[in-house]
Amino acid sequence: MKMRTKLILLYAMLAATAGLVSSLDIPESTDSGAGAVPEDLIAVAPPPFSEGVFPCSDCHFEDDEVDLDPREVDFHDTVHFDHASDSRWCLDCHDAQNRDMLHLADGRLIPFEESYRLCGQCHAQQLRDWEAGDHGRRTGEWSGTKQYLLCAHCHDPHSPTFESLTPLPPPIRQEEIK
Amino acid sequence: MSTENPADCQTVNRREVIKTLFTLAAAYTATGCKREADSLSTFFHTHFKEMSPEKLASTMESWERRYKKRYNREISVNATPAQEGVLFGYALDVSRCIGCRKCVYACVDENNQSRDPQVHWITVLEMDNKHGIDLRHADAYYEAEKVPREDKFYFPVQCQQCENPACVKSCPVKATWKDPDGIVVVDYEWCVGCRCCVTACPYGARSFNWARPNVPAEEINPVTEYLGNRPRPQGVVEKCTFCMQRSRNGKYPACVEVCPVGARKFGNLLDPNSEINYVLKNHRIFILKEELNTQPKFFYYFSI
Repeated sequence: MKMRTKLILLYAMLAATAGLVSSLDIPESTDSGAGAVPEDLIAVAPPPFSEGVFPCSDCHFEDDEVDLDPREVDFHDTVHFDHASDSRWCLDCHDAQNRDMLHLADGRLIPFEESYRLCGQCHAQQLRDWEAGDHGRRTGEWSGTKQYLLCAHCHDPHSPTFESLTPLPPPIRQEEIK
Repeated sequence: MSTENPADCQTVNRREVIKTLFTLAAAYTATGCKREADSLSTFFHTHFKEMSPEKLASTMESWERRYKKRYNREISVNATPAQEGVLFGYALDVSRCIGCRKCVYACVDENNQSRDPQVHWITVLEMDNKHGIDLRHADAYYEAEKVPREDKFYFPVQCQQCENPACVKSCPVKATWKDPDGIVVVDYEWCVGCRCCVTACPYGARSFNWARPNVPAEEINPVTEYLGNRPRPQGVVEKCTFCMQRSRNGKYPACVEVCPVGARKFGNLLDPNSEINYVLKNHRIFILKEELNTQPKFFYYFSI
């Protein structure tokens, strides 16, 4: 009998320890969706909207009738869409009902501040690397608070290829230094 | 004809000279003239590593006074020690670098390098895809309308903060050494300007001040380190310190923060959860001139 009590106690202790360990190891995520990141890590700069386009609901009203057929859109002519554009269009990422939000592939709505979750659906490795600080630029403290940039700060989500840059001047050649 | 013993004559003269010197020194101290005291302390300076805490503090203050006089603004001079349990490492993603040279000039601004004559701590090399990483086919002076150019890639080189630094071994006066956090520093007051280290460094990472460094007063970064980015005298060698005035206070170096493509990674090699360790674990890393056994803590990789 005594032995049995001891065993039960041992099991209980083991279970408690296991619970403790798992709660330490696995960061608590707000939901089980793609790209759930420990919240204290992510402090992103505000999304890079072009001037005057946000909130979208200023022009797109909730009770508007929406044509869900993929097509070229006249009004947003400043948007050059070249991002798997054969198979996708606006409403694959932008939500038709709630215009100020984006939606994931399963329909869950996300704010523009969390657009990295949307990008991570296809670019999972990049999302993992970004979370770890491997992909993309960070500023701040190597040992403390860091500022992240959203994917969209560097990659235009509508046409993500980088524009080339003009380099700063080359060093002066040694023979030209006086 | 004098029968005086020449030896006596010498003794008297030396004694008088020494006496005069002491009187002068006493007079300087008595007048409490900081400026003279500053130049005297330069004359009788101590090796950085042998300074007592009091001497260290007074030396920093003395330099702050001198810079205030020279540049007419407040410039702080610090001797921040290496943090315990920290060994700095750096990784650079060669496949992302676009050769824009923003890092070069961010470094110049942050670390008070001479503008004219020009001193750069970072050299960005343009290399040919067909030759790969081959320094015989590298061009530091590329001029382009737009970068990256076709069939080229870019390879920035700066101090590799070697674990086994050739420059430190070559210094005849021990004016340069490796601090506990891995940063190789120079004591500008101890450097004799022989440039042995410049020739010993296999990475071309050290620069010599042939002329008096020239930085406009309004462009000086006023947060400085004694062994780092404080304005340098003429005739000494200088080099990258991983922005010690930033990194020893927890911040990323300036080149890391300015890189528009996020190709530069920095952190504590001894912290298993650091960004730098994630990079080192998840990419195939290489070091420059591995065969020389300098053991750089500056790593390169191609992520794509």
